[in-house]
Amino acid sequence: MVQVKDKVIDILAQQAMLDPGDIAPDASLESLGVDSLGLVEIVFAIEEEFDIQIPFNANEPDAKEFDISSVGSIVSAIEALVAGG
Amino acid sequence: MPVARRVVITGQGAISALGVGVEANLKAMRNGECGISALEFRDVERLMVRIGGQIKPYDETRFFDRQQLVFYDKFTQLALISAAEAMQESGLEITEQLAPRSGVILGTSGGGLQTQDENFRKVYEEGKNRVHPFVVPRLMNNAAVGHVSMRYHITGPSYTVSTACASSNHAMGQAFQLIRAGGLDVALTGGSESMLSFGGIKAWEGLRVMSRDGCRPFCATRNGMVQGEGAAVFVFEEYQHARARGAPILAEVVGFAMTADAGDIVTPDQQGAASAMQGAMNDAGLNPADIGYINAHGTGTKVNDRTEIAAIKQVFGDHARKLRLSSTKSMHGHLIGGTGAVELLACIMALREGVVAPTIGHKQADPECDLNIVPNVAQQLDTQYVLSNSFAFGGLNAVLALAKAP
Repeated sequence: MVQVKDKVIDILAQQAMLDPGDIAPDASLESLGVDSLGLVEIVFAIEEEFDIQIPFNANEPDAKEFDISSVGSIVSAIEALVAGG
Repeated sequence: MPVARRVVITGQGAISALGVGVEANLKAMRNGECGISALEFRDVERLMVRIGGQIKPYDETRFFDRQQLVFYDKFTQLALISAAEAMQESGLEITEQLAPRSGVILGTSGGGLQTQDENFRKVYEEGKNRVHPFVVPRLMNNAAVGHVSMRYHITGPSYTVSTACASSNHAMGQAFQLIRAGGLDVALTGGSESMLSFGGIKAWEGLRVMSRDGCRPFCATRNGMVQGEGAAVFVFEEYQHARARGAPILAEVVGFAMTADAGDIVTPDQQGAASAMQGAMNDAGLNPADIGYINAHGTGTKVNDRTEIAAIKQVFGDHARKLRLSSTKSMHGHLIGGTGAVELLACIMALREGVVAPTIGHKQADPECDLNIVPNVAQQLDTQYVLSNSFAFGGLNAVLALAKAP
């Protein structure tokens, strides 16, 4: 799963215009300067990378099925989707 | 000084998921019926969002013959069906003399999107090297306007307005202004949309703003918009012209305003919405306390509804708690470029019948949307003036003010 984590962080870093080394697991998207449209692009990029469907609705950012509260929670959710897919 | 020209509505026609014809639509709005159902079209199983306000059943051969259908995308068909009903009610005859003083001004966002979708599929997916010769005249955004003008031999100013979700309100506002300014005596105006196809919904799905279970504007549980299809067309007519021929007068159009947020391409702005509502009242010479009902844009997304309520509170102050506000998108879905037209039916119904269409699907109050949103059941209200809001992607806003028939 290390590969999944690295790829997700690469995608987040690209959107946040930061170095992957600067993306801490406990960072929130907000603290990385990612807005709602940036998040929609991230979800798309991750879906394309892993060929999965992410159940994300911008109207329900707190929905439990896809926890976006931190970088770590996003990585865990993607790992679960990739493993389950 | 010449007497100011006034603009009245002398006919209306409509088709949507709520039914074929104005009466079917009004009946559903009075009763709070939901037209949203499972989408039915090719490849729907490849979508995450599978609900919409689709017209069912719909058999185009009931309305048109083969020679006509060769040229009519569905958005054109829906415009022609609505125009025919509006013209019949109005009793208007486009004489040789009236023809150059008449226009067709309709809104649409996607235009012939179904024609594009079908033909892109043929050349890209199926690898065909040939498409039907009339693909271009079917898909162009002004096809509906062209066919309506041909059908009634209307030869004056005619064009399509395309401002996403505000297209119809911009179109009707322009028709109103042209008649008031003396450039037209009569206009067939409104809008039409039919984007319910695999490509149409797939594009919207990507924005992650669509609901998979229903459109619940202003409800705490709302989770996005639901798309619909349909059209409504109205006969806008100069008041003395309508009176002279003894036309039925359904309502008067008294004000219009349009603004641009100049902010964000998708996120709405409170000030842009507020300025448009205030502008429409200024144009009509009305005060906030005069308005009894607002047909809200009310898409059912978190951000739109919250921002719209804040804008209404900003403009109306204490009166915001007294007026009625509803989003009929909860019943017919969001018709994008046709939505303001179908929603004008609810505005005219409020003025004529004193019945305010409800916002259905309401389950739980949202503290951020704490106004009288007419939850689930229609309300009685005798009011002289109403507003109709449309706030589009692109930050483009258009608000109409209507009054009871003079």
